[in-house]
Amino acid sequence: MKYQPVIGLEVHVQLLTDTKIFCGCPTKFGSEPNSQTCPVCLGLPGALPVLNKKVVEFAIKAGLSTNCSITPRSIFARKNYFYPDLPKGYQISQFEDPICQRGWLDIQLEGQAVKRIGITRIHMEEDAGKLVHGDLPGLHDGSGVDLNRACTPLLEVVSEPDLRSSDEAVAYLKQLHQIVTWLGICDGNMEEGSFRCDANVSVMPVGSDTLGTRAEVKNVNSFKFVKQAIEYEIQRQIDLIEDGGTVVQETRLFDPNLGKTRSMRSKEEAHDYRYFPDPDLVPLVIDDEWVERSRRELPELPEQRRQRFITELGLPEYDAEVLTANRALSEYFEAGVSAHGNAKAVANWVMGEITRSLNDSGTAIQDCPVTPLLLAELLKLIDGGTISGKIAKTVFDEMWKSGKAPHVIVEEQGLVQVSDSGAIEAIIDGIMAANAGQVEEYRGGKEKVFGFFVGQVMKASKGKANPAVVNQLLLDKLKG
Amino acid sequence: MDTIDMTIHGLHQALESKQLSSVEATKAMLARIEAVEPQVGSFITVTPEQALAGAEAADRRIAAGDMDMLTGIPLALKDIFLTEGIRTTCGSRILDNFIPPYSATSWEKLRDRGAVLLGKLNQDEFAMGSSNESSAFGVCRNPWDTTRIPGGSSGGSAAAIAARQATATLGTDTGGSIRQPASHCGCVGLKPTYGRVSRYGVIAYASSLDQVGPLTRDVTDCAIMLGALAGYDPKDSTSVDLAVPDYVATLPNGVKGLRIGLPREYFIAGLDADVQKAMDAAIETYRRLGAEFVDISLPHTDYAVATYYLIATAEASSNLARYEGVRFGHRSASAEGLIDMMTKSRSEGFGAEVKRRIMLGTYALSSGYYDAYYVKAQKVRTLIMNDFIRAFADVDVMLTPVAPTPAFKIGEKVNDPLQMYLSDIFTIPVNLAGTCAMSLPAGFSADGLPIGVQLIGRPFGEEAILRAGYAFEQATEWHRATASL
Repeated sequence: MKYQPVIGLEVHVQLLTDTKIFCGCPTKFGSEPNSQTCPVCLGLPGALPVLNKKVVEFAIKAGLSTNCSITPRSIFARKNYFYPDLPKGYQISQFEDPICQRGWLDIQLEGQAVKRIGITRIHMEEDAGKLVHGDLPGLHDGSGVDLNRACTPLLEVVSEPDLRSSDEAVAYLKQLHQIVTWLGICDGNMEEGSFRCDANVSVMPVGSDTLGTRAEVKNVNSFKFVKQAIEYEIQRQIDLIEDGGTVVQETRLFDPNLGKTRSMRSKEEAHDYRYFPDPDLVPLVIDDEWVERSRRELPELPEQRRQRFITELGLPEYDAEVLTANRALSEYFEAGVSAHGNAKAVANWVMGEITRSLNDSGTAIQDCPVTPLLLAELLKLIDGGTISGKIAKTVFDEMWKSGKAPHVIVEEQGLVQVSDSGAIEAIIDGIMAANAGQVEEYRGGKEKVFGFFVGQVMKASKGKANPAVVNQLLLDKLKG
Repeated sequence: MDTIDMTIHGLHQALESKQLSSVEATKAMLARIEAVEPQVGSFITVTPEQALAGAEAADRRIAAGDMDMLTGIPLALKDIFLTEGIRTTCGSRILDNFIPPYSATSWEKLRDRGAVLLGKLNQDEFAMGSSNESSAFGVCRNPWDTTRIPGGSSGGSAAAIAARQATATLGTDTGGSIRQPASHCGCVGLKPTYGRVSRYGVIAYASSLDQVGPLTRDVTDCAIMLGALAGYDPKDSTSVDLAVPDYVATLPNGVKGLRIGLPREYFIAGLDADVQKAMDAAIETYRRLGAEFVDISLPHTDYAVATYYLIATAEASSNLARYEGVRFGHRSASAEGLIDMMTKSRSEGFGAEVKRRIMLGTYALSSGYYDAYYVKAQKVRTLIMNDFIRAFADVDVMLTPVAPTPAFKIGEKVNDPLQMYLSDIFTIPVNLAGTCAMSLPAGFSADGLPIGVQLIGRPFGEEAILRAGYAFEQATEWHRATASL
């Protein structure tokens, strides 16, 4: 029998606010355990939460960018369970009436039609702290609680079960990742857990309209692992059914070392979270004016920008796709275009030399030592015939190292292109005289040696001879 | 007049005119506490050092001419208010070693005005009770008859006033916890409108119902205290940003033409005869003062107690989850492993009534029961609120009994929680409606036990009930009576 996988994703997006969601403590990481805490995030008796408005603004941005409706009156709820990293014994989250509802993202796999993936909801919530085990100050081989992370703001983005393969899941996830990083509301670091994903996976016979029992796979913290975990889980469920077994509803943990999922807790062991509206927080009212203001403040999104690069700048689809991979790269490119004018030329350099140098040195585009203005200047030197494209690469390498302007480097190193035909003719004459044999060969019809002469001339001119002029003069002279 | 008998405004005059220093007044109070505490048990913790330091600082302020109505006044707080560096137990064994690192906003406000802290008062554990008998820190007795309960949960707050151990006190009221003990101990007790006073730093029982309020010797003191406590607190999202009126200034405006509602559902068969008598006399007094009476109905009153015990316990079951021995409070010495530690710490730390309410609330929120209990209770709560809104279209204030009977005997109802719950039948609807109400001394039973009447006001209508209370007080002598302790 053939099986159809059905997948839905729940993604936790850690927000890049300066302070926590319900108190004024900094969200900075790597500090002394429990140093970034106060009565509120420690869950001390009598402490009360106060909502960080920035979190709401980020949530609205995320909602608008994923085509959600913004709920005019959303409420916070308590999710009750005991765990030592959860200081209040409940997590403040949203349950009924989350801030964003009914959105979608379009994905497209290579060679396939565009597919729309529904987003059920996006809600705001606080993170828990973390447990640390081992040798701790004053405690040998013990367990401790670090509440620095407690109360940091998260968005949970819940998709509809519209995904039908691991590739679709990854495409959706990448797009969501691109949007939240593009908006600047999340750093997108999956290894550190700033962007983490749980996958709900089930299978059903092809043609069936009854969904199978789903398993929730937790702890998948890279795109690669998402693909691996989903594929493993699909196969596990199919094998189970084929062997006459039944899939049980459970939570499973993905082990990246083994590439497998294993049972964490069954439905019977599942918590009854006893959600109810948090009486310490008043309903969050977001009027149309607020939504519209946020909409106006939204940056151009990757998809819109990609389209514009194609239609307005005339870039090939591939270039537009690459140059909108992240916001900083696209902004670098646009700054280059506005300083230079030739979009394709700038695109070639950004996708070529710039990307290569960034990758080789592990530098982020934001920290690129060659600014868009300097890049444009370099391209203008080529356009004006001051340097050749080949010399430009040498100049670029020097710009990368020293941060100097290209005209300074050209001047300092005497790299100005030689287009003076007299000077070039003198070189050519010298080379033809020294290589009479090859001249004969060429004249005898062996035109391949032309390249040899070009190389010799360029070498003799230290690369500065204008290649076009060299070509023309060589042709003239060799033909005699 | 003896220092310990003075009101806030009386003591203020004495301090202002230098007849008395705050240190002298404070020492008199500390001496009184020491003398009668064995008979009353109002306090969980007495703080003589802090009190004297506070009094000295107040005297310096007074000498410098930087004086407020509360400067140098010796007060005591229910042990539900967090006090930085001073043990705060909430009447529970689970917090018997808890020293808070911060203070409640309400105490900070009083302290900043120069009030002096005498100590922390006895209460029902986590404010769950109507008799103060669920305290883990011993019995608190009614100063009018020490075989009887002082009421609860702010039992110590009321008893301390009746026993003249503090000039004024703070309590909290979730279902009547200020008004009922005030009635039983013959003092004035005000539950302000929900959102009028910050809850920050007050240990939560039922967050949507809890409200901070004063217990005092007279209505003027109550107005002074409310003026100091009220106001928006950015640390409490449920506090309301509304200007605070001068409650004292409008006290003498009288009740001529005031329309007072008598909700017929509150005059039930079986109401104690002495309570009925006090009510009748109060009505007569108000009539004489020129108020008009209107017969009104609050039709959903019957459902209030049941509604309260679903909502309050549901919220409590969640609010009390943080007491698990991990970060503060009692941790079981005999536990092995995490789950065992949490379970044992809670089992050992919480008393029977608290456990009962956690279980009730957990049940009410459980999957499959949530709609039938919690959601339905919230709907009934809305109906009860609407009852009040509709009734207040016709009247300015309401007049009702506070409790169906005067103070009962210690031990009388401990084994009958339902009977105990019914003692809050007239006070609970006010919390559900979120509005304000005050208990006012209005007579004595044949046995010499104080009886209070309740004035209920519109939301944020504290001025009206204080004014009505003041007029009543001017026309009667009840508030001047003192227990012979």
